[in-house]
Amino acid sequence: MIFVEDKEIVIPGDILADEEYNSGRGTFKENNKVCSSLVGLVAIRDKKISVIPLQSKYIPKRGDVVIGEVTDIRFSMWNLDINSPYSGFLPASDVFGKEKRELNRTFDVGDVLFLRVVDVDEVKKVKLGLKGRGLGKFRGGILINITPTKVPRLIGKKGSMINMIKDETRCEVIVGQNGVVWVKGDPAMERVAEKVINMIEEQAHTSGLTDRVREMLATLLGREPEISEDSELESEDTGSEDTGSGDISESEDIVSEDTESGDVSESEETEPDQENNEDESDLSKNEG
Amino acid sequence: MIIIITNTNLNSGTETSGRANNRAFDELRNMKIEAGVLERADGSAYLEIGGNKVLAAVYGPRELFVRRLMQPNKAVLRCKYNMAPFSVDDRKRPGPDRRSVEISKIASEALTPAVFLEKFPRSTIDVFIEVLEAEGGTRCAGITAASVALADAGIPMRDMVVACAAGKSDGKVVLDLSEIEDKEGEADLPIAIMPRTGEITLLQMDGHLTEEEFEQALDLAINGCKIISEEQKKAIKNRYGD
Amino acid sequence: MVINMVHIVPEIIKESVTNLVKNGERTDGRAFDEYREISLETGVIEKAEGSARVKIGNTQIVIGAKPQIGAPFSDTPNVGVLMTNTELLPMAAPNFESGPPDENSVELSRVTDRCIREGKVVDLDKLCIVPGEKVWMVFLDLHVVDYDGNLMDAAVLGSVAALMNTKLPTTKIEDDELILDYDNMIPLPINDTALMSTFAKIGGEMIIDPSLEEEEVMVARLSVGITGDGSICAMQKGGEQPLNKEEILKAVSLAKIKTAELRKLLP
Repeated sequence: MIFVEDKEIVIPGDILADEEYNSGRGTFKENNKVCSSLVGLVAIRDKKISVIPLQSKYIPKRGDVVIGEVTDIRFSMWNLDINSPYSGFLPASDVFGKEKRELNRTFDVGDVLFLRVVDVDEVKKVKLGLKGRGLGKFRGGILINITPTKVPRLIGKKGSMINMIKDETRCEVIVGQNGVVWVKGDPAMERVAEKVINMIEEQAHTSGLTDRVREMLATLLGREPEISEDSELESEDTGSEDTGSGDISESEDIVSEDTESGDVSESEETEPDQENNEDESDLSKNEG
Repeated sequence: MIIIITNTNLNSGTETSGRANNRAFDELRNMKIEAGVLERADGSAYLEIGGNKVLAAVYGPRELFVRRLMQPNKAVLRCKYNMAPFSVDDRKRPGPDRRSVEISKIASEALTPAVFLEKFPRSTIDVFIEVLEAEGGTRCAGITAASVALADAGIPMRDMVVACAAGKSDGKVVLDLSEIEDKEGEADLPIAIMPRTGEITLLQMDGHLTEEEFEQALDLAINGCKIISEEQKKAIKNRYGD
Repeated sequence: MVINMVHIVPEIIKESVTNLVKNGERTDGRAFDEYREISLETGVIEKAEGSARVKIGNTQIVIGAKPQIGAPFSDTPNVGVLMTNTELLPMAAPNFESGPPDENSVELSRVTDRCIREGKVVDLDKLCIVPGEKVWMVFLDLHVVDYDGNLMDAAVLGSVAALMNTKLPTTKIEDDELILDYDNMIPLPINDTALMSTFAKIGGEMIIDPSLEEEEVMVARLSVGITGDGSICAMQKGGEQPLNKEEILKAVSLAKIKTAELRKLLP
């Protein structure tokens, strides 16, 4: 028996369903009842109930792509702030191989990089890496922070939302799964993209968002909104696990920078792992 | 020279004619709760009850720099309760006093059982309770607001935590003591519970109560808590425009 | 409140903010001489004899004024006392820690105090009760609950509003007893309303009311306090880089105009 509806807002402690149902992300089982552990939206899939959080910190997972800032340089590694309770480290060997070079000549404190999470151990020490196409240091552009749980909504189904923004503003846009977004293009267009991204974050849990985003883009760019043929692909997903493929794709028109020390310059699709978030976020394993 | 203060404006809630504003023995003062009121904090809440005005904010989970406090397999929850100098009749000097230190400790212990700390090893969850105006029952108001702030910050919890006090005033067991009832009454019993299970996470008592009176007061307070927990839920849902 | 964990501003942000300025723009679309949205409420804390809540953008300060009877300073025996204290609460920013006031908190208190004192906002002469023995001491307590850039202007605006909102009990001396009559309150004697405007130097420009991001990027800062009749009553330069004379004069001239606008927000 279920006590809530799909997309209902619940709070920690709310009883969602009884023993007929399975406990998914954002829930836990107690006395054979499935309860919510978060403030969020109920998501019901067959017999599994999850709660999609409205607010959350980014907890690094192996395979994620993230945007981080160099905060410290140590003997053989860089420390990075990846917008998480856990900072990450990038070993020098990842960049240099066998040659020794001065770390700060390559990446200095304050530099912003696009990296992959290579490994996270049991005490959440986060190892980062730069091996992979498209990873490396950002030059220019602006940075926008959004709540990490809204990243799938920003990307959209098969990248539809983020591609719409990229196409309309003609900006490069890279979305880190840790909620940091990099946008580069004409400065006025960068601001347009920023406004749109902030709006998506505020309204991620509402329906009809895609149309409003399209209208907002048109307004800010001084045009009539076009009805895109793809609009049918958008169901009113409010950021549940199925929404968004985690595509971190770059636009085709990148001015290529020098590719020596791993600058971000190649245009391609990077598809990080699309795992169901069943590991440590699944509280059904932690329930008392 | 002696200073005499005249103030005929005393609100005597302990007249034999009953509580101020004709409040019933089991009635809470007027209350309002708002979630998500601050920009920088990860989660926040503002709460008014009676003349109390309390602001609670949460940062976390976040990196813990004091290594000796760090736990390898779970987060630590640190709570700091503070009263603004202008929150009371006679200005209070800024900075923690012994009462604030004690309340910080028990507030932290009241909130900890509800939080899934093991999800965030080696980190800290920092809770700040600031009393902007005090009118009896600030620790309960603070804990109630802090729980909303924790939920607002997206911190996973088994349940909300809600706090309320009962006591004895003018010979009667009553719910939610006002400042005057607290000062002039016979007993004060603040508690905090996790409403779904009724488990008690804070319990203090001072004054004089018989065993029966204690049980009456406890039941009153538990019921009061359940009513307040509905307000917590409303506050959180309102934040998201429901 | 030690400002711990120096937050390192990403180079990208430094560049993008500075480049925008060089183009005549700011990240939030404001003009160089434009304030963010300001809200000002008074009488928000009943237990304080005077209070205000001020917001500039998301920067928010709650201010309480509480008068107490005390002894005057020995060099000014017939004059009341104004004491200003600021708490940069740990909830206001992720890098604020609890503890005694740090240099930022102390500077904010002292600059606010200076602006109000030199601007003769409160008529301290009227606060003497028994010369040499008893005067009114007004404690102004600033409680910063949310820090989003430009605390100075918010602090002064809110403090002046709180003082304007403050009431004192009337006093009477009978038979060697000082009687404070809380049933007959009078307003704190206010002379003038000095206010402050703060500028951040970014990309060679002096920009008013810096946001958090702009404060993190700025190379220098200048706060200018102006009285009701347009005189300068306080100034404070901050930051680690220098200012030149033109920049300072330009800021002063703009401060005169902008504080006059702020003054309209006072009750």
